[in-house]
Amino acid sequence: MTSTGRLPARAAPAAGPVAVAARGLGIRHPSRRAWALTGVDLAIEPGERVLLTGPSGAGKSTLLAALAGILDAEGTEVAGELTVGGRPPRAARDRLGLLAQDPDSQLVMTRAGDDVAFGLENAGLPPGLIWPRVDEALAAVGFPHGRERPTSALSGGEKQRLVLAGALARRPGLLLLDEPTAQLDPEGAALVREAVARSTAGREATVVVVDHDAAPWLPLVDRVVEVVAGGGVVEHGPGWRPVPRSAGLALPPAPDGPVLLTAARAGYTYRGAHRPALPPTDATVRGGRALAVTGRNGAGKSTLALLLAGLRRPTTGRVEAAAELAAGVRGDRREPGRWRAGELVSRIGTVFQHPEQQFLTGRLCDELALGPLRSGEGASAARATAGQLLERLGLTAYAEANPYTLSGGQQRRLSVATALATSPRVLVLDEPTFGQDAATWRELVALLAEQRARGCAVVAVTHDADLVSVLADDRLELG
Amino acid sequence: MTASFALGPVADVPLSRINPVAQLAALAVVTVVLLSSLDVVTPAVVVAAELCLLPAAGLSRPVDLLRRTWPVLVGAGSVGLVNVLLSAEAGPLTGIGLALRVVGLALPGVLLVASTDPVRLADALTVHWRVSTRFAYGALAALRLAPLLVAEFEAARLARRTRGVEARGPLARARLLGGVGFTLLVGAVRRGSRLATAMDARGFDSGVPRTNARGSTLHRRDAVFVAATVAVCAAALTLSIGLGTWDPVFVGG
Repeated sequence: MTSTGRLPARAAPAAGPVAVAARGLGIRHPSRRAWALTGVDLAIEPGERVLLTGPSGAGKSTLLAALAGILDAEGTEVAGELTVGGRPPRAARDRLGLLAQDPDSQLVMTRAGDDVAFGLENAGLPPGLIWPRVDEALAAVGFPHGRERPTSALSGGEKQRLVLAGALARRPGLLLLDEPTAQLDPEGAALVREAVARSTAGREATVVVVDHDAAPWLPLVDRVVEVVAGGGVVEHGPGWRPVPRSAGLALPPAPDGPVLLTAARAGYTYRGAHRPALPPTDATVRGGRALAVTGRNGAGKSTLALLLAGLRRPTTGRVEAAAELAAGVRGDRREPGRWRAGELVSRIGTVFQHPEQQFLTGRLCDELALGPLRSGEGASAARATAGQLLERLGLTAYAEANPYTLSGGQQRRLSVATALATSPRVLVLDEPTFGQDAATWRELVALLAEQRARGCAVVAVTHDADLVSVLADDRLELG
Repeated sequence: MTASFALGPVADVPLSRINPVAQLAALAVVTVVLLSSLDVVTPAVVVAAELCLLPAAGLSRPVDLLRRTWPVLVGAGSVGLVNVLLSAEAGPLTGIGLALRVVGLALPGVLLVASTDPVRLADALTVHWRVSTRFAYGALAALRLAPLLVAEFEAARLARRTRGVEARGPLARARLLGGVGFTLLVGAVRRGSRLATAMDARGFDSGVPRTNARGSTLHRRDAVFVAATVAVCAAALTLSIGLGTWDPVFVGG
């Protein structure tokens, strides 16, 4: 780090955008052998808007954490130098604005206006000056509600715009955006990008966006810098476009199979709720075909997935398995929601939106063997299945590792593999490609197509238009 | 998930106009008085006064009231019953007195929760009682995450079913709950640290003295509210002593 002298704590921070400079920057996390980032040279002028992109694991998040001054102070090894406005990032945090990925873990207050005011109160601003700045920031991001709006009543996109307003109200010199749209539906994502473009048009802050999905940000950034997995960064010239992730993807053909599962006017209402989470809906799931369930957030897509997966029983209508799928179930029950877990696991596999909710053991090999064991396979057969899947996913080296220690992309692949381990005839996935980089995306699509080719029915709840266009044979739009 | 779990601003009811610290002070007075009396008259008078405040807290509909107070009522009923059944000396009157005491102790809390916005409570505590802002707003932010735990618990339970894990019998159920608890804990720790980073990035607890945009003012009505509470308690004690029923805990009840 540089030896810039510490500024007195109460010195008023200078206004205006700040410059960012990295020279030969390398970062190694505590107790890791490999460097997360090496040889980064980067100069960002005050007021520039820069996109930092690159594949998962290349070090984007590490670079962002370094810029934000939130790297673990203990034990993190830093080579070269990094400055924000001429100061070490940790000392420059009073000029920082941050918008992260998860809309639910960034808000503090129960009302929208109070939440924007939070950062100004922390800065010790006199109350009389706070509210005009709150209103100004809410207007700048196009927040559609008043100050009194309960934050619990906001959509994901509205929450992200509110967090952005909270950051901008502090008049930051550097605004860091860490995949701010990764958890939003397409409309929400577009609104957040529009709010970023609008509120930073005056160049009052330097903007650094980190996102592996580069294309949507290109219209609003001045420069694109790619963090390269082997080390260093590459600057892309104007006119650069990322290679579409579906380019050259050849998927195996699948034979049309029989109907395995039907939903007839199936709907679901949570206890005590006034409105159904899913109004009565019809759906047909066939072997060898992929069904994409699309629609805006709140339309009941995930609820339909739970009903088809036999995890909840519809409160109206019926979900029924074909005789072929229900064969061997105790008492000849046809409704998957009434099956025992051990019967369900070998017939319908489910992959949740957040992989870590699904991990039950402390080692990858145990995780993959769990389903086969539960469905009644012997221990040696279960181990063999686990071994094959690890190899197929290229995770053999991690067989003994804890699932929680894997990267996001690896966790996603593992969670799909755990569902495949029992060779179910139906596979239900909730947002399988959420937040995945191009490489993981291609691998997931290939894996799903492979299952379809062996006669498996694939049901995917998704916002991902690329996934729908390359994989879906049928489409069900809700809402 | 259902909206009733969401931590939001509470509806504006007449009692909301009383500053939260005044409500807390009144709650302390009632607690001391009820904890120290074992008769039936004192809690009866206090509970009667508390019941009069229910409409002011927006709890006039019996359905709303029952929804918020059923655990208290069940608890009070069983405390009374157990004492009558198990104690040789306790008559039905003692049982009723004990049950009323539980209700009288719990109702101020119900009134406070129904009428007080969590943000206003944090404001009042930090402004008037000099509670550390780090603690008050940190707790507030953490409280916002609590409803998410309910949704995550449900997801973790369903995720187990997809993996063929199911509990049959109480022992297996307890083990399953333990596993779900661990998953939730991991999730909560991660989300908590993300929240801490977000608050940090907005200058929380950075050493600069914090201001308060909403402020929290104590009015005359707050003093009146506390005084009225003291008066009700004094009246209850006077009546009880006058009737010869008073049975203070510290004299050897």
